[in-house]
Amino acid sequence: MKQFVEGSHAIAEIVKRCRPGVVSAYPITPQTHIVEGLAQMVADKELNAQFVNVESEHSAASVVLGAQATGVRTYTATSSQGLLLMAEVVFNIAGLRLPVVMTTANRAVSAPINIWNDQQDVMTVRDSGWVLLFAETIQEAVDLHLQAYRIGEDPRVMLPVMVNMDGFILTHGMEVVDMPSQEEVDKFVTPYSTTYKLDVDNPLTMGYLADPDYYIEIRYMVQQTHQELLTIIPEVAAQFKRQFKRGEGNGLIEGYHLEDAEQVFVAMGSVCGTIRDSVDEFRSKGKKAGLLKIASYRPFPKNEIVKALSRAREVAVVDKSISLGGFGPLYTDLSAAVSSMGAKAPKVSGFVIGLGGRDITLQSIQEVYECLSGKQVDCEFIGLKKELLAEAK
Amino acid sequence: MKEIRIHARAGQGAITTASILGYAYFLKGQYPYAFPHFGAARMGAPMNAFVRIDDKPVRLRSQVYNPDYLIVVDATLMRGFDCYVGFKDNGTAIVNEREGMEIPEPRGKQKLFVVPANKISMEITGGKTLLSNTVLLGAYAAATGELKVEDMVKAIVERFGDKGQKIVDMNAEAVKKGYEFVKNSKN
Repeated sequence: MKQFVEGSHAIAEIVKRCRPGVVSAYPITPQTHIVEGLAQMVADKELNAQFVNVESEHSAASVVLGAQATGVRTYTATSSQGLLLMAEVVFNIAGLRLPVVMTTANRAVSAPINIWNDQQDVMTVRDSGWVLLFAETIQEAVDLHLQAYRIGEDPRVMLPVMVNMDGFILTHGMEVVDMPSQEEVDKFVTPYSTTYKLDVDNPLTMGYLADPDYYIEIRYMVQQTHQELLTIIPEVAAQFKRQFKRGEGNGLIEGYHLEDAEQVFVAMGSVCGTIRDSVDEFRSKGKKAGLLKIASYRPFPKNEIVKALSRAREVAVVDKSISLGGFGPLYTDLSAAVSSMGAKAPKVSGFVIGLGGRDITLQSIQEVYECLSGKQVDCEFIGLKKELLAEAK
Repeated sequence: MKEIRIHARAGQGAITTASILGYAYFLKGQYPYAFPHFGAARMGAPMNAFVRIDDKPVRLRSQVYNPDYLIVVDATLMRGFDCYVGFKDNGTAIVNEREGMEIPEPRGKQKLFVVPANKISMEITGGKTLLSNTVLLGAYAAATGELKVEDMVKAIVERFGDKGQKIVDMNAEAVKKGYEFVKNSKN
């Protein structure tokens, strides 16, 4: 049913319909409304789950780790500093092959403290083994949660999945969402059942010491699973599309006016919407611009990207985070991907934009576009206030 | 596409106002995107809520810089800050009247409606300004011609229906009073 609804509220609703047995979270802006909503649902007995109140994000992640290890479907959500505090456990959840689903309401990290949106938080756990999906709209965020449980709990996968949605822009924004009914969700997300669990009748241990004779193989197997995910995610996305009659792209990437595009923006999350409007504007002026949206950042869909960029001449990677001292993370990945194209590789430039909630306007995208035809840049900051920088000196 | 910018202080209900406004458009079959922007992220600090409305889903995620319509919930914000910045030439502004505050004149073809929303709310509630924003929404409907009173009341019933008939009735009255105030002042 179509509703006009706040993003966080929509996520709480859809998570409820996925019937997790245990929810644990610690409130942090801009994630708060999601877990507030779920706590209310549990209190109102709308959701038959245990909501475990904790004293920190480290504990929230530990609770879902432990619960999931007993074979129960779990959910948590966090943001920014919360994710950083969870980091140790986040790596363990993936290493233990526990298909937890987490929402990250993407936000800048301290210091200086900043509650607004960028995508720096998720980058700190980029290498943890989690599947990292990015939503462009509230509808997509809703739909990705259904797919997240399906993907993570697939016996071929057994890995945690994080759905990233831009803080405030999507969590506090309200838009029209087609909310799947409980019956529809039940059809798509069936009860979780696994033999890989802590069970006194069939004892096993998880995360036991792996010495140098074993460790690298175990890491290799996670990497192999991510390779398999490159076919499993599109399978799930196709099934979703069949049942719900919506969803663009193949679950890994999505193109907008890519067919004949010479200048291509590459981006993740809600900024893709703004870029679509920019692309339309460029097109109306006869410029062959396009957008390549990365929906799955981990696994990184290298082959799809190379195929999608086969006609591109100039590529602008738009990062909402930065590996300080290096480059934008997406830029680094994308450069690695196109290096296999040899002489046919497009010129790839990297741009850092919108950190700490600096508004990304059509003018910002225009600025990126104007840089594209010039010489290649690695890490160009867009919209810097020169006067502030001068003052700081 | 139409763009609305609401000026308020954090805690004055700008988000709820934006959400009801969006809801009214949604019930007409349109695609609103309503969203807040916090300044200092503290109660009482100036903040904005925005609504963008189109016949198809809105993709643009930036703040609103050139609003067609302005709603100023707290006129003290106009002291030392130009709430009209970027305001479209043919735009319409609805400002909550405030005793002792002179409301700056808009420019050119821009229209301004100063609505005694606090006073009207206090009349309905017997002394409270709880319904001021609802009065402004009624005024918005009349001033812009974008929505009917019924659209707004319907949105309020959807939004506040679970809070009881009394709350719904008072809000509906506030919408009508705001609407009538602007209709009458047009003459």
